[in-house]
Amino acid sequence: MSTQTVAIIDYGSGNLHSAAKAFERAAHEAGLDGTRIALTSDPDIVASADRVVLPGVGAYADCRRGLDAVPGMVEAMTHAAKERGRPFLGICVGMQLLATRGLEYEVTPGLGWIPGDVAPIRPSDPDLKVPHMGWNTLQADRDQALLDGIPTGENGLHAYFVHSYALNAEDPVDVVARSSYGGPVTALVARDNVAGTQFHPEKSQRLGLALIANFLRWKP
Amino acid sequence: MLKTRIIPCLDVKDGRVVKGVQFLELRDAGDPVEAAKAYDAAGADELCFLDITASHEDRGTLLDVVSRTAEACFMPLTVGGGIRTLADIRTLLLAGADKVSINTAAVKDPDFVAAGAVKFGSQCIVVAIDAKRTSAPGEPASWQIFTHGGRTPTGIDAIEFARKMAALGAGELLVTSMDRDGMRSGYDLALTRAIADAVSIPVIASGGVGGLDDLVAGVREGGASAVLAASIFHFGQHTVREAKLHMAAAGLSMRLDEMEARR
Repeated sequence: MSTQTVAIIDYGSGNLHSAAKAFERAAHEAGLDGTRIALTSDPDIVASADRVVLPGVGAYADCRRGLDAVPGMVEAMTHAAKERGRPFLGICVGMQLLATRGLEYEVTPGLGWIPGDVAPIRPSDPDLKVPHMGWNTLQADRDQALLDGIPTGENGLHAYFVHSYALNAEDPVDVVARSSYGGPVTALVARDNVAGTQFHPEKSQRLGLALIANFLRWKP
Repeated sequence: MLKTRIIPCLDVKDGRVVKGVQFLELRDAGDPVEAAKAYDAAGADELCFLDITASHEDRGTLLDVVSRTAEACFMPLTVGGGIRTLADIRTLLLAGADKVSINTAAVKDPDFVAAGAVKFGSQCIVVAIDAKRTSAPGEPASWQIFTHGGRTPTGIDAIEFARKMAALGAGELLVTSMDRDGMRSGYDLALTRAIADAVSIPVIASGGVGGLDDLVAGVREGGASAVLAASIFHFGQHTVREAKLHMAAAGLSMRLDEMEARR
């Protein structure tokens, strides 16, 4: 059995306990028992990991500051994703940080791996509440390994969202799936070995565990 | 399309469910983790634990419950009861809660809500508004905030308070009618609607559900984004499945993923 280490980056943001548990469960259910989930703030572990996950909840600028506050972490992530080509998954604000910049409260530079801005959601229907909170379906724009075997469309499975800002990708090819909330909302992006979900797979029951299992098997 | 959420709420005291729970598949009816698993399997969209433990020293028991639930249920979990400090919030989030529900502390110190939203993000700050109708019949409707389980009036207007909480950064409001709580006569729809119309954040209707039509009315007439109920599920009167199918049949958009997986 092949072994692999999945580094979930701990930079003081979010509910990492449940993220780690969901990855452990998904690995087990997918028969990937050689998968080791490492919740870590150690850049060396991230740099040498087989797969890297960047979670994130809260405000964009806070998350960016938190990430920058761990010496060497951005470099380690960049090394793993860009030089070693390791599969990389951003979740929620972790996904938004893949963009060029965030416009929440102040302009904050992102990693720039998926060109675009993170801007407020403005549903066309003024009765729609913000944050976009709850379970929504996905509309796939194209095939992508993370969606393998996952029913999408109005009658597909649901993902759990909670956010007030969304990534507007410059290149539409980077957008794999959208959700509909008074207009299209970017739900899943991917470019080469880097992917990100606006929704929370670790909170999305069946769809979430299936997507995490796909990530753990992904060979971009 | 975004779906209407059904949120079963469990009252937890000293690590046990206080109200009886009657699920056939439950071995230990009093264990909140077992109850959470059953609701998870039944297709609940979120779960809410309300800790009514009298003493603060027993907090460790609740944290253990939250932690074991988060290991088994991959759905959003809200925990409320006795949250007073940023450290309380952090401890619950680290244990596995996704959101915290703040009640008395939000009334006593509204800035606490703002501090929580800045520190942990609006998405995890739910403000629980317990309100009682204070207008006489025939007068324009008005409601007042009560604390300490509905015993202590504050003189604060519920609608104004809701607006203020949203402005301070609450991500969601859990609106409970103290007049209706436990009465099984339906939500106070006028209260729910007045608050839902006053704020741009999601409102959860709570307090008074007696039957499945009450859940439909909470959304249709109350304008709620989610409906919370305790007794109708705990006492085996209805399952979450039945509730979802009933609401879907009434034309509301519901998430039926887990149910279809088990057919």
